[in-house]
Amino acid sequence: MTISFLLLAAITIIGTAAAMTLKNLVHCVLALSLGLVGLAALYLQLGAQFVGFTQILVYVGAVAILAAFAIMMTRSADPTASNAAASFRASGALIAVLVFAVLAWATISGTSAQPIFTAAPEGSVGQVGAALMHRFVLPLEVIGLLLTAALIGAGILAMDEHRGTR
Amino acid sequence: MNPLSDYLLLSAFLFSIGLAGALTRRNAILVLIGIELMLNAANLNFIAFWRYGPHPEALTGVMFAIFSISVAAAEAAVGLSIILAVYRHSRTTDLDKLNSMKG
Amino acid sequence: MFETIDQIFVLIKHWLLGYVPGMAQPLISAILSVVPVVIAFPLLFAITTVLERKGLGRMQNRYGPNRTGWFGILQPMADGIKSLTKEDIVPRTADQLVHFLAPVVMVIASFLVYAVVPLGRNMVIADLNAGVLFFFAIGSMVELSVFMAGWSSHSKYSLLGAMRAIAQMISYEMPLVLASVVVIMAAGSLSTVTIVNMQAGYTGIWPHWYVFTPWGITGFIIFMIAATAESNRCPFDMPEGESEIIAGYFIEYSGFKFALFFLAEYLGMFATSAMAITFFLGGWAAPFSFLTWIPSYVWFFGKLLTIICAFIWVRGTLPRLRMDQLMNFAWKFMLPLSLINIVGAGIWHFMPAGFTRWGVVSLLILLSCVLLSRGLRRNKWFHVRTYRFAS
Repeated sequence: MTISFLLLAAITIIGTAAAMTLKNLVHCVLALSLGLVGLAALYLQLGAQFVGFTQILVYVGAVAILAAFAIMMTRSADPTASNAAASFRASGALIAVLVFAVLAWATISGTSAQPIFTAAPEGSVGQVGAALMHRFVLPLEVIGLLLTAALIGAGILAMDEHRGTR
Repeated sequence: MNPLSDYLLLSAFLFSIGLAGALTRRNAILVLIGIELMLNAANLNFIAFWRYGPHPEALTGVMFAIFSISVAAAEAAVGLSIILAVYRHSRTTDLDKLNSMKG
Repeated sequence: MFETIDQIFVLIKHWLLGYVPGMAQPLISAILSVVPVVIAFPLLFAITTVLERKGLGRMQNRYGPNRTGWFGILQPMADGIKSLTKEDIVPRTADQLVHFLAPVVMVIASFLVYAVVPLGRNMVIADLNAGVLFFFAIGSMVELSVFMAGWSSHSKYSLLGAMRAIAQMISYEMPLVLASVVVIMAAGSLSTVTIVNMQAGYTGIWPHWYVFTPWGITGFIIFMIAATAESNRCPFDMPEGESEIIAGYFIEYSGFKFALFFLAEYLGMFATSAMAITFFLGGWAAPFSFLTWIPSYVWFFGKLLTIICAFIWVRGTLPRLRMDQLMNFAWKFMLPLSLINIVGAGIWHFMPAGFTRWGVVSLLILLSCVLLSRGLRRNKWFHVRTYRFAS
């Protein structure tokens, strides 16, 4: 466990935990983007340059901004008094803790016996591109179709039908 | 402890944070963000297994993470526009108040 | 001799590194690479402000600043001292932390993108494998800081300005990225250094710049228009339309923080211009083979100053667009044209070299350009508006 891993993990955990607990929704989105930048740095540390930069581009540049726009347009920036009943919150948190316990138990008991391949892999962007164009070309096309469908669908859903289509 | 299990533990923790948020928060946008966090935790798993797995040259984990990020982006766009449409209809994004199926 | 002058900064850095113990070398090497960039570009910012005010003044039949120093050359110093000594006012209802963080994030993001800009031969801070992707990823963080600034001020004007700015930046980011895809296709690499090296050869005296191909010139024009919109400059300065929303997302900032926003805006403009140079104008390569004795960094900064002058000229010439015109232009003209441009680059790649491929690709792009602009004109939002008072 290196210092850089601990630092980045701390940033990620603080950011995401703040995103899930803060009262003000805009603060949540900003904290989320901090956490996701930390996650992208973790990807870079693992040697996945392409995924790391894509993560920043997609999540900080698009998803966080989109969420901020949605918050502005639904006027939910002000902290609302209505929260879940205490019992509901407690049970939700309990479920999350239980899930973490199960996953952590599986991780600790499952991986320590396995051999570890520590040789740093060659994950250059050129190889990623070649793989996308040869072995993974069908998934790539399907993703293209999905994104186009999502673009059109999101546009139609968000359109205000009462005011005509402009 | 080997480096792989560090990443897996972190990923499990992120997943639980996302799950807790999606279960306890009442705002639809925050629930969506919680789901995105869970997806991200899975992505971290893919990248960690790719890095410490036996066949990193196959790039399967990286590919899966790239496709998962694009699907998550599409999901966020459609999800947020659904939230906008619902808000326009019922003037709230509080999931507890959205309890009627009739318009 | 020419080699030495061309590589003088690299040689100085290696000479200095020789005095550093081996342990600290990576750190000192990074500092020695970063510090000149962090000094050079704010200096360029100071020069640009004078140039812009003088140039705009000339275009509007006035003098511009001419009181401080020789022909007003010390004006940026005076401006800097003024903004440093001004009182820093934070609105009482503002979100203190976010209000403070917004300019910081913006300046950091603006400086980070220079890591992948090749300023000369062997002069780049980090030759990343995915340099172009890094540039666009960090560039998208600027949008977040614009949102932070606009929202945290808790002012209607700044929020409106931020929303306009973000909508515009997201819309024009797509043509910006798609216009650079043709270059990535041609160079076969996401590394900025490789892209420049691919353009550094000569046929006779003529360089192999990508701008001298039909898809290259189209991509360059699209890239420059999108870069103007990305840096919120005239004619796309809706986010800070003074007549409508006073100053946009940074109205509630004063003193040094305001200066930081100003600096970040210009740094962003320089960075996108530097990227345009890297992608289409051959980076640090000389325009003719007999001019290669002039050092590479001189060419780079010369090209950068030329593009900045073009920006100033455009600002002095064109009126501001309306929001609907802006969006229509982005989505109905720039985006389809850049997609067709990618198809054109593909056709160019697979056709044999010669005049046929020039003709075919130029015809494809010109035809689609004409058709798309006709489609725009048919749209009623582009007609001359007729005002019907009291009807």
